[in-house]
Amino acid sequence: MSQKKDSKGTSRRDFLKSSFVAGAAAVTGGGLLSSFAPSEDLGQKVKVLTPEGKVVEVDEAKMVPVKEIADQIGLSEMQKRSREGIAGKHWVMVIDQSKCRNARKCMEACQTAHHLKPEQHHINVLQMKDGEHTAPYYMPKPCMHCDNTPCTKVCPVDATFKRQDGIVLIDNERCIGCRFCVAACPYSARVFNWSETLDEKNGFEETYDMELNVPQKKGTITKCLFSADRLREDKLPYCVSACPNGVYWFGDMNEDAVTNGTSGETVRFSTLIEENDATTLMPELGTKPNVYYLPAKDRQFPFAEEDKEKFNKDHHDH
Amino acid sequence: MSDINVKKLSKEEAKVRFDKIADDLTKPMTKFGMGFQVWAFILFLGLTLFGYAYFIQVKDGLGVTGMHDYTAWGAYIANFVFFVAVALVGMLITAVLGLTGIKWITPISRIAEMVAVSFAMIAGLVIVFDMGRPDRVLNVFIHGRVQSPIVWDLTVVMTYTVISTLLLILPLIPDIAIIKKRLPNAPKWQMILWNLLSFGWVGTPAQYKSIHKMVRVLAILIVPVALAIHTVTSWLFASTLRHGWDSTIFGPYFVTGAFVSGVAAVIIVMYVLRKQYKLADYLTDYHFDKVAKLLVLVSLVYFYFNINEFLVPAYKMKAGDDHHILTLFTGEWAGWFWFAQFFGNIIPMILLLFKKFRKPGWMFWISIFVILGAWAKRYIIVIPTQLHPHLPIQNVPEAFHVYHPTGPEIAITLGTIGMAVTIVTILAKVFPVIPIWETAEEAGVDRETINE
Repeated sequence: MSQKKDSKGTSRRDFLKSSFVAGAAAVTGGGLLSSFAPSEDLGQKVKVLTPEGKVVEVDEAKMVPVKEIADQIGLSEMQKRSREGIAGKHWVMVIDQSKCRNARKCMEACQTAHHLKPEQHHINVLQMKDGEHTAPYYMPKPCMHCDNTPCTKVCPVDATFKRQDGIVLIDNERCIGCRFCVAACPYSARVFNWSETLDEKNGFEETYDMELNVPQKKGTITKCLFSADRLREDKLPYCVSACPNGVYWFGDMNEDAVTNGTSGETVRFSTLIEENDATTLMPELGTKPNVYYLPAKDRQFPFAEEDKEKFNKDHHDH
Repeated sequence: MSDINVKKLSKEEAKVRFDKIADDLTKPMTKFGMGFQVWAFILFLGLTLFGYAYFIQVKDGLGVTGMHDYTAWGAYIANFVFFVAVALVGMLITAVLGLTGIKWITPISRIAEMVAVSFAMIAGLVIVFDMGRPDRVLNVFIHGRVQSPIVWDLTVVMTYTVISTLLLILPLIPDIAIIKKRLPNAPKWQMILWNLLSFGWVGTPAQYKSIHKMVRVLAILIVPVALAIHTVTSWLFASTLRHGWDSTIFGPYFVTGAFVSGVAAVIIVMYVLRKQYKLADYLTDYHFDKVAKLLVLVSLVYFYFNINEFLVPAYKMKAGDDHHILTLFTGEWAGWFWFAQFFGNIIPMILLLFKKFRKPGWMFWISIFVILGAWAKRYIIVIPTQLHPHLPIQNVPEAFHVYHPTGPEIAITLGTIGMAVTIVTILAKVFPVIPIWETAEEAGVDRETINE
């Protein structure tokens, strides 16, 4: 970091438009980032965006991958890092409802990664029907990682918080279990550990990883984390990579690029949103979600017959 | 406080009258009859059951309750709202009526403060019993965020408890000085307590002046604090985006509802004390008649807020609200809803318009229904809203579509009510429930005789 260089008056937006490497200062590896960046720009010097929003050039040889740092740094440093998030990033998810066939691989992968019980869902594939004469469709529902967060506002102890990269995380070593955030979330995205967790039952006693929220603790909250631990390693979230049907796109809004978890294809976020007339869930609530939905038109997988019966029952209960 | 119209008594007359008042009001403090023993035993059993149930909950987690992810707040939170509501009566009687110079509250104000202190105190505990990690309760002080309505709520509940306690203790000072002299055979611990709490009272004009001044200042202070405690409690719900909670009138709606349940609670305690402590000469039919009229007034105001809270969304039938309204009016919550509306508000209000029903016996039973209705109302404010969220409840067990409190949950809920009632019982045994000095002053006894 010794060779700080001025960005010659280039504005941040121009910089991003020209699709240079943007990312965390010295702690960025390759992975997600390099897949979006033109490879010919990578030479001895790498341009990165500092947490203060400044563009600097760094010697590539001096860059250290995330994993090694995690081994080197102590616990409190790791917690600090987990609370701050990855500098320069603004994570975003795009869910293509026309492709979802309710395979539920996302739900499985998520539950396995986060040691959840069968009834606990960080991501839940819902069977939706908006009106009497409208067609039913499947809607995977993770946490919306809102920019105007109803949940973190009400937390009395700062046990749930919004990071600089847009992720809403929780600290289950601080949570007092008041469940105000569950009451406040309009998307029912929050899950509580009402009784002994799988980790407690199995005697799983690793150091607490806030970005994975494992081990789970009785009497505390758990929720979708956008797989913050995977993003740290430049990998896509668990649910996104598990999908067999190309439903999920995930990436960094600052880079304006999202990658499909099934095909690995990377496209411009803004183009994807614009061309497909994307929406957010219940925008009238003013929560400003960071999860976008592409409409369920031209469905590649129509609503499964076997689901229809169950679906009608569910919606009658409603 | 003395009445201008009371004619001057001779020294002997004053002494006789004061002795009678002081004897009548201190006698219950020394008697522990069969009724009291049975009552104490019931309370003890209740608290033991509570202890056992809470032990299970701490050991196994909140999973032992009927709560789940689609009813994350259950009977405990409904109970908390009820507690805060009942506690508000202290402010209504001491401050609102006291500051406007209403005389008939003299024998009632201390009872109201005892109820207020007990319920405010336990309200804070009810929240702790609802926590998933009660062992981390100190985090609220270590990491407290001023942006969270829970932190506001805890702050005002604690402030209210402190001010209410002062409003209970300060007017007790002259009484304790009297008791000290009149009950020399009391147990040692009680003597020590009285010595402490009489704060060297001898009845000088300066002491009278300062006590009146302190009570007056506190009575003014408690008005905004009391309004804040229930308004903030309502914001626990109104600050969310859920159907049925997303309402702008929740603050005043809760405050007016609180006055109804608080007055009813005071009537119940008044009735029991009048009977058990043989205080019919002090808590007279006149006083009951006045409190009954007060209950009619606060019920009317609450009724007005209910019309606003339910008829306006029912007229519009906005998506989401429509389902909420229908489950309350005609759906699975209709029984609770109409019980709360009719037995907790409308029928009591109408009955008490008639003189015949403004008698202690009738009022006791009417108040029991008001209290039951008030609790039911808190229950249907808290629970139904969560059971119909914005998005459908899917891929979870069938049981997540309903909420039924479990045995331990009911035991803990009843246990907290038992705790508040226990505190009222103890306060009413250790201290005179009716102010001796103020009653004597109003009966024309001079201060010299009172402080002899």
